[in-house]
Amino acid sequence: MSAVLDTHGHGDHEHGDHDHHGHGPTGLMRWITTTNHKDIGTMYLWFSFIMFLVGGVMALVIRAELFQPGLQLVQPEFFNQMTTMHGLIMVFGAIMPAFVGFANWLIPMQIGAPDMAFARMNNWSFWILPFAGALLVLSFFTPGGAPGVGWTLYAPLTIQMGMGMDLTIFAVHLLGMSSIMGSINIVTTILNMRAPGMTLMRMPLFCWTWLITGYLLIATMPVLAGAVTMTLTDRHFGTSFFNAAGGGDPVLYQHIFWFFGHPEVYIIALPAFGVISQVIPAFSRKPLFGYASMVYATSAIAILSFIVWAHHMYVTGLPIGTQLFFMYATILIAVPTGVKVFNWVATMWQGSLTFETPMLFALGFLFLFTLGGFSGLVLALAPVDIQLQETYYVVAHFHYVMVAGALFSAFSGVYFWLPKWTGKMYDETLGKWHFWLSMIFFNMIFFVQHFLGLAGMPRRIPDYNLMFETWNKISSIGAFGFGLTQLLLLYIVLKTIRSGEKAPQMPWEGADSLEWTHLPTPAPHHSFETPPVLK
Amino acid sequence: MAQTTSHAGQKYYVPQPMAWPILGSIALFLMALGGVFAMNSMSTGWIAFSSGVMLILFMLFRWFGAVIAESESGKYAAQEDLSFRWGMSWFIFSEVMFFAGFFGALYWARVQSVPDLASMLHSETLWPGFTEHWPSAGPGFTEKFTPMGAWGIPAINTLLLLSSGVTLTIAHHALKENHRGRLNLFLFLTVALGAVFIVLQGYEYSHAYSELNLKLSTGVYGSTFFMLTGFHGFHVTMGAIMLVVVLVRCMKGHFRPDHHFAFEAVAWYWHFVDVVWLGLFVLVYWL
Ligand SMILES: [Cu+2]
Repeated sequence: MSAVLDTHGHGDHEHGDHDHHGHGPTGLMRWITTTNHKDIGTMYLWFSFIMFLVGGVMALVIRAELFQPGLQLVQPEFFNQMTTMHGLIMVFGAIMPAFVGFANWLIPMQIGAPDMAFARMNNWSFWILPFAGALLVLSFFTPGGAPGVGWTLYAPLTIQMGMGMDLTIFAVHLLGMSSIMGSINIVTTILNMRAPGMTLMRMPLFCWTWLITGYLLIATMPVLAGAVTMTLTDRHFGTSFFNAAGGGDPVLYQHIFWFFGHPEVYIIALPAFGVISQVIPAFSRKPLFGYASMVYATSAIAILSFIVWAHHMYVTGLPIGTQLFFMYATILIAVPTGVKVFNWVATMWQGSLTFETPMLFALGFLFLFTLGGFSGLVLALAPVDIQLQETYYVVAHFHYVMVAGALFSAFSGVYFWLPKWTGKMYDETLGKWHFWLSMIFFNMIFFVQHFLGLAGMPRRIPDYNLMFETWNKISSIGAFGFGLTQLLLLYIVLKTIRSGEKAPQMPWEGADSLEWTHLPTPAPHHSFETPPVLK
Repeated sequence: MAQTTSHAGQKYYVPQPMAWPILGSIALFLMALGGVFAMNSMSTGWIAFSSGVMLILFMLFRWFGAVIAESESGKYAAQEDLSFRWGMSWFIFSEVMFFAGFFGALYWARVQSVPDLASMLHSETLWPGFTEHWPSAGPGFTEKFTPMGAWGIPAINTLLLLSSGVTLTIAHHALKENHRGRLNLFLFLTVALGAVFIVLQGYEYSHAYSELNLKLSTGVYGSTFFMLTGFHGFHVTMGAIMLVVVLVRCMKGHFRPDHHFAFEAVAWYWHFVDVVWLGLFVLVYWL
């Protein structure tokens, strides 16, 4: 990390008059009190990597138990706690903070701003996260342990859990506060901090996707906060929101949760699309094909994401007309998503392609995310979903979207911008190893789960029928391989920081956004104190 | 349009590192942990919770104090001002969505769950004799309770809040025309109307509990009634505190006719709680 720290001083010639960071706090206090978007972005990224390892260990506990039928390693209650906490930690602790880290690092540089619009609040958005994570982890040590209700926290199960549930509810509140403040910051930065000449339709697509993601977060996180608040009052203050005897309805929880939950999918996916839309043009040495249609497609996805939530609820007894509406609306999302996929492919068409690690991960994303999109279409069909609900087919589907989609995109972005962040190049050979091992092990884990789901293996159950054994063994071996492979990423990043070769100003000749063209590598501690001049 | 402001010749103000955010996080952590302990009947929780509350009040006081000092010393030009405006607008939007969740629960109870529980399927097997009506505390609730009427205190409260919106607008115009006396007078009136609203709302709650047998635990009607009006009342209280801060600042001579973001932000917030109240009056009390 230290290489990131001493970067200021190199690129400072143009802001010599403004050297106040020279006498700011040092050591740990520097990180705790910082208002610098790059410091905060770095903390977000490291936090998300740590959470990624924690959530990953939980996934390995799940896969170890499922290596063979019968109960071997853990009790069913603990198994449920693992599935719940794995989901919550990966979604809220790993993937979302990773992309907020990217946003912090890149958006001010890409739009030519001196920093985020609210630099102090930016610090607070980050520093809420470790405390929220601590609440989640603490719940394991309460009587009854962590909640074992699934990451969706469905009533009425949540009403019956021990005090670990209360800790989780407050953790969700804190995570929501952090997300809302972070999003208000990002949206305001993009709307108000652009350099003269950086019109909205000239922004790099990563900024566009984050603008829309920020909007989705501000719109849906408060709704989730309301849902868990109702859970809390049902548990402790005698309300009856989810209690039929009092006139309430457990299904109400599902409606409120998925009103948040489906846009949440795009909160995770859109920034990933943004990263891919930066990487593919750079390694195709061509501008992004159909920039404007990408912007419109992103907006269309965001709008549609609010009217599809009940596709998670086909088996809750919805009227047939309602099922049809949500089915067709869901299928409609394939149109703007298809626009994006075709645009990425068209960007590569007749491009002068090279396949460095960022591009490899971007292509891995393109293949596997599209596959996840297709299995999503399968699940969108109400009659099919009724068969596949709560099976491993669903698990396979959303891991194609979350891991091969969002996570691969984050990997791609890390390799792409690592030279800009640290001033040094990563080891290309090791990077390629990371990609190929991730690719192979990922498919080993999750491709076979499609078969398990189609054959009827239920999710969230620690035991299974003998006939599912072979595919489960393959899946578990893949999981351990995938987990170990991610330690390679840690090694590559540390090696880059310690002993990487010095990166040139433009390590990727096809990259054309401001952080490459207008700033030295590594990026100086303060960038663009005076707005850059854009043609 | 936003970019033009960055030509103003002044660099965008990026504040120095400071410790208020981490104090705020520690405070939130103490409040969450203490709250969980207290809810699970461990009295030590109250100590953690109340120290968290005190810490966050201290933090907010100092943080906002720092921002006010920065504003008064001229660190904020047009671009910073516009950032604040965007920030406040998006914050209010997030608040709207928070209330939308609870209005959604009210809608669901009235249109879906209560009629469904009284439908043939359920009333023949599970809840014989339960009929569809609103206000309803559900089929399993046997005590008698009286729903809250609309045309007593709630109607008076509607008038109070609506007129406080008017007095606030008059105060805003006075600020823009630099009539400081009128500004302070009408801002004070706004605070007073808000305070009377809060007192009446408190009286209404005690009336509900002591005479109407209407409680938070009175089925889904009690749940939605108290949670919606309760969160609204909490927001009115916050808004009133913010108005008091702005009033004190006005009396100290803060704000200029062309530079008074904090005043406008609080005014937006006040109008927002006003609009939420109209929704409550119609959907919770009246219809
Ligand atoms: Cu969905």
